Amino acid sequence: MNVAVLVKQTPDTAELPKVTVAEAQSGELQATMVINPWDEFAVEEAIDLSDRFGCETVAISMGREGETDALKHALAMGVDAAVHVDERVIDGGDEWATAEALAATLKMVDTGDQVELVLAGKMSVDGNSSVIYAGVACMLGWDLLVNVTRIVDIVDGKLIAEQAFEGGQETVEVPLPVVISVAKEINEPRYPSFMGIRKASRVTIPTLGSDDLEIRPSSTTRWTDLDKPEPEDVQVRIFDGASVEEKVTQLADALMAEKVI
Amino acid sequence: MSLPAIIYLMPPSPTEIDTNPHYPELRRAVRQLCARFPSEYWRRLDAQRAYPVEFVETMTAAGFLGALIPEAYGGGGATLAEASVILEEINRSGGNAGVCHAQMYVMGALVRHGSDEQKERWLPPLAEGELRLQAFGVTEPTAGSDTTRIQTRAVRDGDEYIITGQKIWTSRAEYSDLMLLLARTTPLEAVKKRTEGLSLFLVDLRGADERALTIRPLETMINHHTTEIFFDGLRVPAANRIGGEGMGFRYILDGMNAERILIAAESIGDGGWFIERAVAYANERIVFDRPIGQNQGVQFPIAQAYTHLRAADLMRWHAAELFDGGKSCGAEANMAKMLAADAAWEAANVCLQTHGGFGFAREHDVERKFREAKLYQIAPVSNNLVLSYLAQHVLGLPRSY
Ligand SMILES: Cc1cc2nc3c(=O)[nH]c(=O)nc-3n(C[C@H](O)[C@H](O)[C@H](O)COP(=O)(O)OP(=O)(O)OC[C@H]3O[C@@H](n4cnc5c(N)ncnc54)[C@H](O)[C@@H]3O)c2cc1C
Repeated sequence: MNVAVLVKQTPDTAELPKVTVAEAQSGELQATMVINPWDEFAVEEAIDLSDRFGCETVAISMGREGETDALKHALAMGVDAAVHVDERVIDGGDEWATAEALAATLKMVDTGDQVELVLAGKMSVDGNSSVIYAGVACMLGWDLLVNVTRIVDIVDGKLIAEQAFEGGQETVEVPLPVVISVAKEINEPRYPSFMGIRKASRVTIPTLGSDDLEIRPSSTTRWTDLDKPEPEDVQVRIFDGASVEEKVTQLADALMAEKVI
Repeated sequence: MSLPAIIYLMPPSPTEIDTNPHYPELRRAVRQLCARFPSEYWRRLDAQRAYPVEFVETMTAAGFLGALIPEAYGGGGATLAEASVILEEINRSGGNAGVCHAQMYVMGALVRHGSDEQKERWLPPLAEGELRLQAFGVTEPTAGSDTTRIQTRAVRDGDEYIITGQKIWTSRAEYSDLMLLLARTTPLEAVKKRTEGLSLFLVDLRGADERALTIRPLETMINHHTTEIFFDGLRVPAANRIGGEGMGFRYILDGMNAERILIAAESIGDGGWFIERAVAYANERIVFDRPIGQNQGVQFPIAQAYTHLRAADLMRWHAAELFDGGKSCGAEANMAKMLAADAAWEAANVCLQTHGGFGFAREHDVERKFREAKLYQIAPVSNNLVLSYLAQHVLGLPRSY
């Protein structure tokens, strides 16, 4: 059983607010691009599973031509291999088309020892859609588990996992193959080691384009407009008082007056 | 179990490093780690004159301090350019690579001149971070920059050497398991050239005879954990001598180019930090109803310091490229160190000046970094000595000392 992990390259969250409408429209972001922080949990889990079960791991990312920093990061953390998919294969398409391209890639990867587990972060910090992995599961016809907080075991073609839901947690068992989105509680992603970074810098990452993936993107939605809300006017108030109690009382009163609490 | 053919790892491409001298992934990784040790951390340590144990452990565990150890011994097999980026980023983030830089390069003498047996014995635990070798005892109170005049003696006695003498400014000796020591094995009077008769030893500081070895911390204006060391008949196994007897001076010269380039990178990191802080403050501080940075009297010195810093950085990359290409780079390494140390100091001064009175406030970190940046105009080699080296060896002027 091999494990594939889906990663996206997103603007550094600290720089997200700086992204302009024009940049977002053209895709030419000036921000530092990094691996989507949510995906780091998925990468960490894949590496952990490879230690536990001896499986091989591959990171897959669709993005602009040459945009492989997120994949390099995953390699530096310790995944065995990486594949880049040129986003032109979906011709500006939506999440559904993205899922289609990723599913097609997974099928190609799936020629030797089977990929039977796909891991993904629970959302991307820029797109926020949280549907890509669901789309992939749907296209592949695999089961889907979301918000997984622990992979307990993989045994006899079944995977046992703990899943969080509002106010609780459940343990579930699913037959492989399965697509899983992980919650941040699942692990603490490692920092790439120096050796990992070196290894990653020597890897040439193959790119798949339209010639490699026989898909006809089937987007149903298109951007018609893109806007950025004006930053809200923020007021700063500093509470003066002789004692902590006095300041806290003022703060609490103000919060109640504003109906925050 | 193997992955299908479309997913393959290509063999290493040796040109990659030269074509991409800026290493964004490496920088980001170091920055990420450093972000766990913010300014408050360094400020607190500075106030307490304490050693940054957690920081050093974190850097070690991530393999950064073993970067220059060859892969065959479990190290990172880094180029000097890559290693320099690590130290640069530590200083760039507001930290102080001086607390651990020597762990990265002191072992160079062992790599280049140690026997296979010595390398097998020490390099793997150094790469693992189980062993610390980050103290280098060269400087002595009476010899100063004139290294060949050192008076610490090592006298052969059977399978051992007996060490007697004193070192000063031996940094991190209290936080190191091993120390690299330069001592005279043949008296100055008995050698033809002053550079002969010096030998290099690896001294195990762990459990050393307390009567024969005294380490005394020195209080300094920066948190550099530097010490005075007194040797009073310390016995060191002859097996711990690195390379041939009497060849030590040549060996340390060999290691100096690497050290100079790495220190240059630290200064470049410092300079970047100062410029960034100066610009931010100049933009935000309003006096006479305008940001102070709107005044040319404030912005020009910053722009000037920035220019000098960028120029120094070019020399640093040039020197590193020569070094990594196995070419001679004595002049370039020295020039890089001097230009970078001067540029960092200029940037430090400009940054403090830009901050006005607030530059003196500890909470801004400017005064701490200011103190720290000064060191590299003096150590590991004083800039005057760089100039005299250039004058004599590059320009063919008479030796001045
Ligand atoms: C914080 C700190 C940490 C250190 N860590 C270490 C360490 O770990 N290991 C180690 O071995 N050493 C260490 N040193 C020592 C450092 O390398 C020396 O201080 C440095 O080489 C200068 O030597 P000196 O202090 O004896 O100065 P001197 O040689 O006494 O020089 C004093 C001044 O005179 C100038 N000068 C001297 N000779 C000439 C000349 N011929 N022409 C023109 N100018 C000249 C110098 O430039 C300098 O400005 C450290 C020093 C400091 C301050």
